[in-house]
Amino acid sequence: MSTVTKSIFTPELAAYFDRLVTVYPLKRSALIPMLLYSQDEVGYVSEAVIQEIAKRLDLFDLDVRSVLSYYSMLRTKPAGKYNVQVCTNISCMLRGGYEILDHCKRRLGIEHKQTTADGMFSLEEVECIGDCCSAPAMQVNYEFHDELTPQKVDEILDEYAAEDRK
Amino acid sequence: MADVTITVDGKKITAPAGTLLIEVCKTAGIEIPAFCYYPGLSLQAACRMCVVRQEKVPKLQTACTTQIAEGQVFFTDTPEVVQARKATLQLLLGNHPLDCPVCDAGGECELQDMTFKYGAADSFYAEPKNHREEQKWSPVVYFDRPRCILCYRCVRVCGEGMDVFALAVENRGSSSIIVPNVPAQLAPDNLAQLDCEQCGMCIDICPVGALTSGTYRYKTRPWEMNHVATVCTHCGDGCKTTLGVRSTSDGSQIVRGDNRDKSGINGDFLCNKGRYAFDFANNSERITQPLVRQPNGELKPVSWEEALTYVGTKFAELLNTHGGRSFGVIGGNRLTNEEAYLLQKFARSVLHTNNIDHHRTADYAAFAQSLAGTAGRGASLRDTLIAKAVLLVGGDPTNQNPATAWNLRSNVRHNGARLYIANITEIKLRRQARAFLHVAEYGYGALAEYLAGDDSTSSSVTPDSAALASFRDALRSEESLLILIGNELRGAELKRLIDFGLTIPGAKFALLADYANSRGAADMGLLPDLLPGYTHIGPIDTADPASRIALEYHSPTSPGLDLLEIFDAATVGNLSALYVAGANPVARYDVDPATLKNTFIVVQDMFLTETAVLADVVLPAANLYEKSGCVSNSYGDLQQVKKAADRAGVRSDFEMIVRIADKMGADVRKLVPFGPGSNSEGISADMGQTRGAESGEADRHAVWLTANNLEPRLSPFDPSAMLDEIQRLVPGYKLLRLQLLSGNDQHLSPAAVPIRDDAGLVQISNRRDLVLPANDTLFTSGSLTRYSASLNDLQQNQLRQPIIQIDNKTVVD
Repeated sequence: MSTVTKSIFTPELAAYFDRLVTVYPLKRSALIPMLLYSQDEVGYVSEAVIQEIAKRLDLFDLDVRSVLSYYSMLRTKPAGKYNVQVCTNISCMLRGGYEILDHCKRRLGIEHKQTTADGMFSLEEVECIGDCCSAPAMQVNYEFHDELTPQKVDEILDEYAAEDRK
Repeated sequence: MADVTITVDGKKITAPAGTLLIEVCKTAGIEIPAFCYYPGLSLQAACRMCVVRQEKVPKLQTACTTQIAEGQVFFTDTPEVVQARKATLQLLLGNHPLDCPVCDAGGECELQDMTFKYGAADSFYAEPKNHREEQKWSPVVYFDRPRCILCYRCVRVCGEGMDVFALAVENRGSSSIIVPNVPAQLAPDNLAQLDCEQCGMCIDICPVGALTSGTYRYKTRPWEMNHVATVCTHCGDGCKTTLGVRSTSDGSQIVRGDNRDKSGINGDFLCNKGRYAFDFANNSERITQPLVRQPNGELKPVSWEEALTYVGTKFAELLNTHGGRSFGVIGGNRLTNEEAYLLQKFARSVLHTNNIDHHRTADYAAFAQSLAGTAGRGASLRDTLIAKAVLLVGGDPTNQNPATAWNLRSNVRHNGARLYIANITEIKLRRQARAFLHVAEYGYGALAEYLAGDDSTSSSVTPDSAALASFRDALRSEESLLILIGNELRGAELKRLIDFGLTIPGAKFALLADYANSRGAADMGLLPDLLPGYTHIGPIDTADPASRIALEYHSPTSPGLDLLEIFDAATVGNLSALYVAGANPVARYDVDPATLKNTFIVVQDMFLTETAVLADVVLPAANLYEKSGCVSNSYGDLQQVKKAADRAGVRSDFEMIVRIADKMGADVRKLVPFGPGSNSEGISADMGQTRGAESGEADRHAVWLTANNLEPRLSPFDPSAMLDEIQRLVPGYKLLRLQLLSGNDQHLSPAAVPIRDDAGLVQISNRRDLVLPANDTLFTSGSLTRYSASLNDLQQNQLRQPIIQIDNKTVVD
């Protein structure tokens, strides 16, 4: 195994990655979990992340990019502090998912996959997030919000903005 | 595996169980179209063109991944299958631009062929096509994204075949795209780039015009060229290459080098030099007129007749006044066998001197003598593809003999061959090796001794004695072994290694050299101490067959001066004339021009090299792509060279040597046994005389002969007349004419004749080591490098962007 002496990750995550490469019969199987954990920690999959992961798994950078670009949930540019993911799949669509999305766009002044100038919010239109019973739904980072109305969205977004100011 | 019988389109076919259906059908003459399937690469099943109907299976199956089993029934040509393929084509054409009239691949495009075959030109897709600008990934690789049909062939050939992994697919679905390994954001000019070996295999293998060659794109159409299959001039592997040639106002020019002829010795492979570096021939510095030095010191263009008369007269005069011992002759590594043979015969029989040498790039003399008395021990390049176990000592095939490297990689991948490598540097091929032994500098000799059983040398080979011991144990347990030897090993070291190898019953050997005919130059006797076929020079004994050549030549019975001694002789004023054919010893051996001041120098070359500028007469020579004959690669595989290009004004070295001999007053018929009544064993051409030909008949007959790869042996410039003599006189060159003229390779082992007494042994240890390898890289080819624009571009490209990616990956366990 290639050893990484100067990791760009926190010591905890680096230690976790050290172990992760040993648990699969094939080292590169650790690639997707590593990408997801790195994204959570760094905020996005940066060039430095790609290089370190490639090194850890004895892959070429190109191999990592190839996998990375396949998955839309992995991003190579920083998202906002709060990444707003609005579902527009069938249940949400029938219950006004697009209104929610459009409302978010107007309110935040950004389009799909864009980030506000202050870096606070980013917006994504996503496929089903598994909350059909309480559609329409959205996910902000790892928190779910459902049975949404434009008013409720405003309150939620206000709350996040306020939380940040604290 | 056991044979099974299946039914395809009502026809019973028997083949081993587990064979891929697409291969079974191909053998049975049933065509199944495929874009992504490529023999020798991993399976992809991406293109869906090869779908067939299998009885009792609900969905159409891909023939490229279906392994056959007993009793299966397939249909490959039903309306359902045809419709499925047509639909696939329509989807592929959804974004594919119909720019066939300007596309490089137009006329030889698999997608175009299929579209015509299945009538899929009408599309239901009315949406505008996605256009993307073309990208330049390197000086030689261009990418037109919209033309790409995502068959992954390039990705696989780069990774699996070349072990470079410079291409991959990014994104998914309809936005999938082939990308190079340096993304735009990391490239100096923000344009995506390839950091790779630039072999161009991806271009060759692309079924459409998505990947195109920088040297060829938009220059011509495939049907406007003549395609000539000949041998690459660059390294010692002797790959077969197909040159696309087009007429110009002063001859015909090579516009493309590729590998259409996959039946050649190199199989699917061709490297960047074979593919792009033919352009030295078109360099503007090329000389096309004979130059003669005037009293004022200038080189002045003169007619051929004038230049050759001058050379002939002057040579004859110097021969009379100073004798043959004052002559030096130096030949090149890119002469054909016929030319090399003729040159030494000219030196020995007309100039009466053994002062003849060439720029040696591997010690073939020691190699041949170490194998003296053995039979069947010389390896062919083809062996590298099938040998079960291979030992590579020294050398760096990836850089210096790319086809050898390709074959070794393929052999490991397909046949699980066991590759053992001992090298002083961590060469890239170690990634395929079962065992890699890092040898200490100057440790090859000690390694050979250790392998032979002398444990005391262990510490001189490597500090890691355990690794060394297991390396030797592994080798000893092999019942057959292909031993490839780098040109670092010479003389006694080389012999020691071969002696060890000879203890393994099935071992075969090859010595890797630098240029197209390095091996041939040595085989043909461009050596001061050995006649053709490594025949010893010594007292003539009429009873000894080894004296046959010397008897015919009436050549001196003592060895002549070697290359360095020739220049030493010049320094002390003992060299009256120097005749150089296709070599540049002044630059290569750093000769002081002042020492040659009083020597009459004649140089045959394409360019005014460091040697040519000192010459009294410079004769513009044709290169290996502009003449016919044969060459022997490093392994001793003999192949035919066919004239592809032409340049007005230049002459082949063969013609020049003959004409100089003629101008000297020598009997040309003795030099080249041409024409009826010659002592050739071949049959002289019937030029129509026997049929009472009228004027013009002979010409037509000559056209027929040429068209059938036969050359009329009526001309003193006819290489095949010389080949007759080579076949007759040179030990080991008992070649098959039909095989040669059919464009096939044949393996020769000119080492098989034992040398009288133990002269061979004595010579190896006493002989001076004059081997000076060119140490070419992927982007250099000796003296041709500077004249090849494409090689220079590639070097510049590499300087800008050093190879960082392709060699830093360790073997994945």
